[in-house]
Amino acid sequence: MQPRPIALKILDVVSIILLAVSAYLALVFAPTELVMGDVQRVFYFHIGTAWVGLLGFVLAAIAGIAYLATKNMMWDRFEVAAVEVSTVFFFITIALGSIWARPIWGTWWTWDPRLTTAAITELIYVAYFMLRQGIEEPEKRARFGAVYTLLGGLSAPITFMSIRLAQSRTIHPVVIGVQNAEAKGDFGMTPDMRVAFFFALFAFTVVFIDFMWHRLRLANMQEKAEQLKLKASM
Amino acid sequence: MRFARSTYPTPQLIDNMKTPAPSLWKATFAIVRKDLAAEFRSFELVSAMLVFSLLVIIIFNFALELNIEVRKTVNAGVLWATFAFAGTLGLNRSMSVEKDRGCMDGLLLAPVDRSAIFFGKALSNLAFMLVVEAIVLPVYSLLYNVNLLRLDLVGVILLGSIGYTSVGTLLSTMSAQTRTREILLPILLFPVAMPVLLASVKACSGLLAGDAIEDILTPLNLLIVYDVVFIAVAFMVFDYVVEE
Repeated sequence: MQPRPIALKILDVVSIILLAVSAYLALVFAPTELVMGDVQRVFYFHIGTAWVGLLGFVLAAIAGIAYLATKNMMWDRFEVAAVEVSTVFFFITIALGSIWARPIWGTWWTWDPRLTTAAITELIYVAYFMLRQGIEEPEKRARFGAVYTLLGGLSAPITFMSIRLAQSRTIHPVVIGVQNAEAKGDFGMTPDMRVAFFFALFAFTVVFIDFMWHRLRLANMQEKAEQLKLKASM
Repeated sequence: MRFARSTYPTPQLIDNMKTPAPSLWKATFAIVRKDLAAEFRSFELVSAMLVFSLLVIIIFNFALELNIEVRKTVNAGVLWATFAFAGTLGLNRSMSVEKDRGCMDGLLLAPVDRSAIFFGKALSNLAFMLVVEAIVLPVYSLLYNVNLLRLDLVGVILLGSIGYTSVGTLLSTMSAQTRTREILLPILLFPVAMPVLLASVKACSGLLAGDAIEDILTPLNLLIVYDVVFIAVAFMVFDYVVEE
């Protein structure tokens, strides 16, 4: 086994430090929100994980198109890595949102457009893994996976639009951009909150890159192990 | 050195050997005709879908206690859940038949554009679904004393079925080639086809509640957008799904 490259080792350490600083900023440095209290601090990680989750799904769809165009297995490995890491982050987003919603909305879950879309999106990528699991040949698995990420990447925004348009009322807060008048649990960010917020975005982006790197390395090693097995059996 | 003239194909002979590849439409309709002919001999698929649909409606009847008050709001939902379930049954069957009997390889060997196979299969799947819907709608109207045989409602159901079967045809082609096969199709199809189901249910329940067409333009436009986008995408990627 090759040792971890030095750059990856550095990135590992940097990620841990950034995550720790981000946790400090979110849990201690940022002021307590007046109405919601401490539970609002969930927000920083909620947005951080949601951002990298969606980023990974978009990257996966792009990698899918790149695979179909070039037939280079490298893109397939990239796509799997992106979907795998993002599915976990996106699940954390939903879980954190639930923890926040319990005291603020009075319920763990509600069929709000954003929540419903998030659940369906998560299910699309769970289905993606089930699809891949059912196919033996690596080349076919890559093709089908690419097609499915493409369909998923197109369908998820349309799902959001269709729920949003069908049921124009939403209670999910919009903190960045146009504020939602009907949102329950909305707030304006103070400068200190902004620092914690943007730092969390940055920290999770670095963590995401770190995880992607590890996952890609793992995939490359798997590939090598397969080839060695094949050689040994011949 | 002299070539023996007689063994050399003359231009005349080459012309005779070349039969022009059939046009896309001809090939598509040949596949549709094949599927419909096979179905007319046995009625396996449509009868299974039909009995299944009626059973689903009966289950909903007990599960939701479909009395007059409840029915006002859930008719569209019950109908679309029924169509979606029956639809996966048909999609699964129509593709696994091709796979099991090796017909797919035959189709792939035919000198026609691959998209003809997609359009052919999608059209015959749509035809099966429409036949089932054409029977379920009057039966449902009869059972629950509500008139579902309206032109606007039928139009919405047609739009929804087009979107559902076009994505369904692509995904069933994929799932038929996996180890888990039949179980996989609904898992792949439902989350991706969610916008169709959402918009169709919204549009249908609006119509049943007495809204005019202008009031349901939003879900209607979404249905059209979904149909166009997903037919185009399915058509573009179908090649990758049948490639061997």
